[in-house]
Amino acid sequence: MKFLRDFLDKHKPAFEKGGKFYKLHSVFTGFESFLFVPDRTTRSGCAVRDAVDLKRTMSVVVLALVPALLFGMYNVGYQHFHLAGGEAGFWSHFLYGFWRVLPMLVVSYVVGLGIEFASAQMRGHEINEGFLVSGLLIPMVLPVTAPLWMVALATAFAVIIGKEIFGGTGMNIWNPALLARAFFFFSYPSRMSGDQVWVAGLPDGVSQATPLAEAYQGLPLTHDAGTMFWGLIPGSIGETSVFCILLGAILLVATGIGSWKIMLSVLLGGAGMALLLQCTLPPTNPYSHVTVLQHLLAGGFAFGAVFMATDPVTAAQTEKGKWIYGFLIGVFAILIRALNPGYPEGMMLAILLMNTFAPLIDWCVVQRNISRRVKRGRLARS
Amino acid sequence: MSKVIKLKQGLDIKLEGEADAGKVFPVSCDYYAIKPTDFRALAPRLEVKVGDAVRAGDPLFADKYRPAIKFTSPVSGVVEAIRRGEKRKILAVVVKAGEQITYKTFDLPAPGALSAGIVVERLLESGLWPMIKQRPFDMIADPATRPKGIFVSAFDSSPLAPDYQTLLKDEARALQAGFDALNKLSPVPVSLNARAGETRSPLFDALRGVTINYFSGPHPAGNVGVQIHHLDPLNKGELAWVVSLPDVALIGRFFLSGRVDLRRTVALVGSEVAAPACHETLVGARVGSIVSGKLRDRGHQRLLSGNVLTGESVDPDSFLGFYHTMITVIPEGDRHEFLGWATPGFHKFSMSHAFPSFLRPKKRYRLDTNYHGERRAFVISGQYERVLPVDIFPVYLLKAILAGDLEKMEQLGIYEVAPEDLALCEFVCTSKIPVQEIVDRGIEIMMKELI
Repeated sequence: MKFLRDFLDKHKPAFEKGGKFYKLHSVFTGFESFLFVPDRTTRSGCAVRDAVDLKRTMSVVVLALVPALLFGMYNVGYQHFHLAGGEAGFWSHFLYGFWRVLPMLVVSYVVGLGIEFASAQMRGHEINEGFLVSGLLIPMVLPVTAPLWMVALATAFAVIIGKEIFGGTGMNIWNPALLARAFFFFSYPSRMSGDQVWVAGLPDGVSQATPLAEAYQGLPLTHDAGTMFWGLIPGSIGETSVFCILLGAILLVATGIGSWKIMLSVLLGGAGMALLLQCTLPPTNPYSHVTVLQHLLAGGFAFGAVFMATDPVTAAQTEKGKWIYGFLIGVFAILIRALNPGYPEGMMLAILLMNTFAPLIDWCVVQRNISRRVKRGRLARS
Repeated sequence: MSKVIKLKQGLDIKLEGEADAGKVFPVSCDYYAIKPTDFRALAPRLEVKVGDAVRAGDPLFADKYRPAIKFTSPVSGVVEAIRRGEKRKILAVVVKAGEQITYKTFDLPAPGALSAGIVVERLLESGLWPMIKQRPFDMIADPATRPKGIFVSAFDSSPLAPDYQTLLKDEARALQAGFDALNKLSPVPVSLNARAGETRSPLFDALRGVTINYFSGPHPAGNVGVQIHHLDPLNKGELAWVVSLPDVALIGRFFLSGRVDLRRTVALVGSEVAAPACHETLVGARVGSIVSGKLRDRGHQRLLSGNVLTGESVDPDSFLGFYHTMITVIPEGDRHEFLGWATPGFHKFSMSHAFPSFLRPKKRYRLDTNYHGERRAFVISGQYERVLPVDIFPVYLLKAILAGDLEKMEQLGIYEVAPEDLALCEFVCTSKIPVQEIVDRGIEIMMKELI
């Protein structure tokens, strides 16, 4: 790799202060540090440092998303051929889905990274890795029929309003990928819910509802729990296979990068609330016949719990706070599903809601620590 | 009352190059120095000129604001140089050692007649007082005050640190004399905090007049700040004093002999040391004379006075830190690594399990000084808490310091921490935040307000 290093070293001066391309130095260092871990050595504090950095962390999250993404591609093809009729093999399913999803991924990355690069350059900051994950998440939480210009618009909204105006990765209040979905959801509701949007290339007159939409209309669910677990059901691209999401969850928990506390507490909150509703909802409510298991397997519950709620920046930051935060996400997700007549799915709104309240939860936890210290001091003085 | 405290949070960084504390080799050294920069917020006032002859125990400089606190020469000889930095700041007072050490002798009363007043006076005159540090603020204790207790850690849990019990096995008398002297200054017996779970130590069991508490767990279980937090946490307005165990032996030696005998056993450790071992020298020895001929030739090296987490980068022409009992030599990490964040990394050490090296928990590592990444904003949460076994929210404390919010700093526990207690937070930080520098800044802000 010496020629690459030599090439970079040769052109580096042009991007440094006083150089011809100084205006592009953030972009240059972004690419340089992507290719080579910098040779910078410790000057103060600890002489040695942990090998982990944000690039490594984000690449583990991307890796954890890969099973759900690949399955999502396959499922797009499967749903298409299933409804459009006609037999097709594994590779036809996958390739059909691949060519439907790839443009969405490209648009999301190009628009998002473009804005990231531009704003890092404007501020004179280094380019941050955060969007590597967000850029993948955004298409995965959208229906496959989302037009590309809408993907672009939602991504731009999420990156600018969700992140950059707060100061970039680490400073944002809401999960950028969910913000993109929320923008999409409220601006173009007809492209985001209903029976027409979940399957690519749907023939006229055919409709296909997600399990949650069926429950919402009080219909019996078409798919059994097994199918919902493995994921061959209509839905947003990445959210359908609970199995693939679990694979990602195992990687995130084993590497210590995703918080198991949040995942577990979301599950507990959701299961608890679903159980409560099952016992108390009047039979007239269409959700009264949805079981706890169906609630947990349906919609974006698993995807949200594993990949969205655990975003370290927008989640609660204290360990106790994480339990409360996760539990309430689970509770609200099911509550919104069952009791809000407007939306069949509640996970996105529950997470965004708790993102908003996470600092308050943390404040309470930290305040308790402060009162403990004050009380201890008072005891010592008396 | 002796306590047993189990700590869970923390991290033992297993490095190559551990020294065997059992064998100690004498090392002869030409230059010694006392560095004012080893002491927090010290403004030195010189008491010697270049060319002056000094004995071991003669003052070299004093604290400008608390002139009773003297810093004395560890060796007899001639003042060779006053090293200065920017704005003529004094960096080191260097003494060239003579052939034989001659000592200044101090009058001591009979061991039974030792009083608090005399202990303080003699420690101040002899230049041993700076070995007593106070919490909060991790600075030299104020001789005009008295603490609520004196705390001594009986083990150093930091990476590659030598075992104090082996190091001090022949110092039983000196330790007892040191504790006797310190007990005069403390309202309660000195608390000696040993590592739990090992076989009982004859060295510590023989000591009288100390309360022995036991701590178990990974580093920083041996940090005295962490121990105080669990034994008798510091509240606003309270003072605790701390002394390192090797320094207790030096204080004891002084009260036994009436001379400033600063012989210290220093461990030379690290992956770049050919044969890691312990060496006997004096406080403030020139680093070069300890390390020369003992290092491997494997490219650029980093010399550290102290351990890899809190040690000070030095060059061979610099001097051993006043409080330090080890010199660590590790490789310099000044090289680019192609796609380093993406390689599997079997040889890379990380607390997170993002590298497969976690599958081999017993492996020892040859870590270098590379940052392994770039500085970022706080992103990952819960990381610092895993290595900090105290009831403090480190990120909130750091943010309060960065914001300069005095009230919040106080509420979040600035009085209970020293930079060394949060050193592991800095080590594990994904965003490469300079944690110790920030804590230092916080302590300095508080000192300006309160002192």
